[in-house]
Amino acid sequence: MSVRVRINGKDHVLDVDPEMPILWAIRDVLGLTGTKYGCGQALCGACVVHLDGEAVRSCVTPIRRAEGKSITTIEGLSADGSHPLQRAWVELGVPQCGFCQSGQIMTAAALLAKKPKPSVAEIDQSLAGNLCRCGTYLRIRAAVQKAAGGE
Amino acid sequence: MTTIGTRTLRWLGTALVVGLGCRGPIGAPPPAQVSPPSAGSELRAPSDFASITDAKERSAALFAEASRVMLHPRCKNCHPAGDSPLQGDRGLVHDPPVVRGADDKGVPGLECTSCHQDQNVELARVPGAPGWHLAPRAMAWDGRTQRALCEQLKDPSRNGGKSLAEIVEHSTHDRLVGWGWTPGHGREPAPGSQAAFGALMDAWVKDGAVCPPEEVRR
Repeated sequence: MSVRVRINGKDHVLDVDPEMPILWAIRDVLGLTGTKYGCGQALCGACVVHLDGEAVRSCVTPIRRAEGKSITTIEGLSADGSHPLQRAWVELGVPQCGFCQSGQIMTAAALLAKKPKPSVAEIDQSLAGNLCRCGTYLRIRAAVQKAAGGE
Repeated sequence: MTTIGTRTLRWLGTALVVGLGCRGPIGAPPPAQVSPPSAGSELRAPSDFASITDAKERSAALFAEASRVMLHPRCKNCHPAGDSPLQGDRGLVHDPPVVRGADDKGVPGLECTSCHQDQNVELARVPGAPGWHLAPRAMAWDGRTQRALCEQLKDPSRNGGKSLAEIVEHSTHDRLVGWGWTPGHGREPAPGSQAAFGALMDAWVKDGAVCPPEEVRR
């Protein structure tokens, strides 16, 4: 069975099992490896992508859910790394090992798309499910605030 | 050492006897009229309540039985009294630490459906059903007595504006409600079946939708 899906602005017809998690469709079939496999149980957030603008954990989301919809991965967030979050990430030196960052950024981007000026509490609530084993949470929060136009 | 050991044994023996005594005398007659709610995974059918001749008492007993479903962790965990869902048979706070958000579907970037799909994801052990979301705070069931739950369920301001008929329909056919009996990996299902639960709710309404007395508790 094939699944029709738009990924980072480009239409694809994927000949895959409809139950295949989006993560493996984008990583193994399309070679978009910016999205990471962390826990495989929707617990860590490393695999977050956007499905029609909503943050979803691609490790547990079957590709059939994306039929006729649009997926945005970290590679598609901006053409040249110029999304405000990406710039803030660089300026504040957020990444340490870097494994969680695409999930962090995609989650934060979903937040800012709906709430351009989130409070600190709202940032914390939205990012509460994204783990960073290097413990960069304070930098992550500061970068989200910076991208939102704060200090 | 020997003396202490003997005392300890006597104490344990006494405690054991007292403990067994808590079960009550063997062969004591069951309470008249109102059947006590059943226990375990079984759910009684409306016909099991036919011996209660008073419709009001029968209705209250039917609700007491049906409440075993609603107050089961599979159901009440997503009817929390606070802003976070609960999980597991002990009702621990949901981990990751999610919150209900403005529309009971999570917050931007961390919606319920960011993780929960329209069906269980067995390999990842993530539960799922169509329309996964929290019950509004006004519909909190966690910590309710049977009577409080019953009165809440009949109050349109605390039941989503539903009529009794709509509550029966919702109980019997809603697919998110139905997840309670097919909860997936390692989770104990709610007692009985959705059909049996719906039949109890239907019979409760037909007998007058009477609430159990406050003293009837689990």
